[in-house]
Amino acid sequence: MNAAVTVVFALLGVLAVGSALLVVTTRQVVHAALWLVVALGAVAGCYLLLRAEFVAWVQVLVYVGAVVVLLLFALMLTKAPIGVSEDLDAGLAQRVVAAMVALATGALLVTVLVDGFSGEVIDQGATGGAPAIGASVFRSWVLPFEVLSVLLLAALVGAIVLSRRDVPGAGAADSVAGGR
Amino acid sequence: MPLLLPLLVATGLFTAGLYGVLARRNAVLVLMGVELMLNAANLMLVAFGAWLADTLLAGQVLTLFVITVAAAEVGLGLAIVLMVYRQRRSIALDEMTDLHESRTAGLS
Repeated sequence: MNAAVTVVFALLGVLAVGSALLVVTTRQVVHAALWLVVALGAVAGCYLLLRAEFVAWVQVLVYVGAVVVLLLFALMLTKAPIGVSEDLDAGLAQRVVAAMVALATGALLVTVLVDGFSGEVIDQGATGGAPAIGASVFRSWVLPFEVLSVLLLAALVGAIVLSRRDVPGAGAADSVAGGR
Repeated sequence: MPLLLPLLVATGLFTAGLYGVLARRNAVLVLMGVELMLNAANLMLVAFGAWLADTLLAGQVLTLFVITVAAAEVGLGLAIVLMVYRQRRSIALDEMTDLHESRTAGLS
């Protein structure tokens, strides 16, 4: 791949990591969801540059389209405050420990990756347009694909059961919560 | 393109997501951190798939599977968050201490 692709990928990577840092540090919950859109969109651009077109569009449809909308719905339904709120983060001690753990994990990953893969170059990889991905999914990967459909069905049923209010078990839990 | 570039971007995303999971109090923001970590894993899968140039397209197909599992996970997670909010009018994670062994009970 030529140098222009590398430069654009580096810019998109900086955008993705920067907006990811804003997602986890901003003090406004809605802004966190919107920065998440930027981060996930930048990752979709990275997929495009890695010649994974179908994955990029699925990323845009599922993540930016569906998951972020679900998160915004959850923020609305839990009456998240609009504007700056100070109680989104844990205490200072926990934040310091979290930053230390995250930085240690990042340093470990960087060490391993630089040690193992520095100097390797991605040349023209296999393109991932819809025909190639479709053929691969329905030939080589058809059994995991079917298992995944069952998993999605189970998740759907689980979400409905969790959200219903007229399930007998949920009523008992409500009365317990009311007595507290 | 050097292989290290997407790998380092994925490392940055994973680090940010891990910090978000550990440092946030709001359950929805913790789920956003989980999404960032899953995206880091996806980016690594696609990068290694492009590097190996495998004929099965394993990296990209597995990325699609992970995206599906992440969608299922966030749906169930938000259902649980909404149920917690209905029961106690708060989704602050450090207030969910029902399973925590109280100090006095532990001493007696």
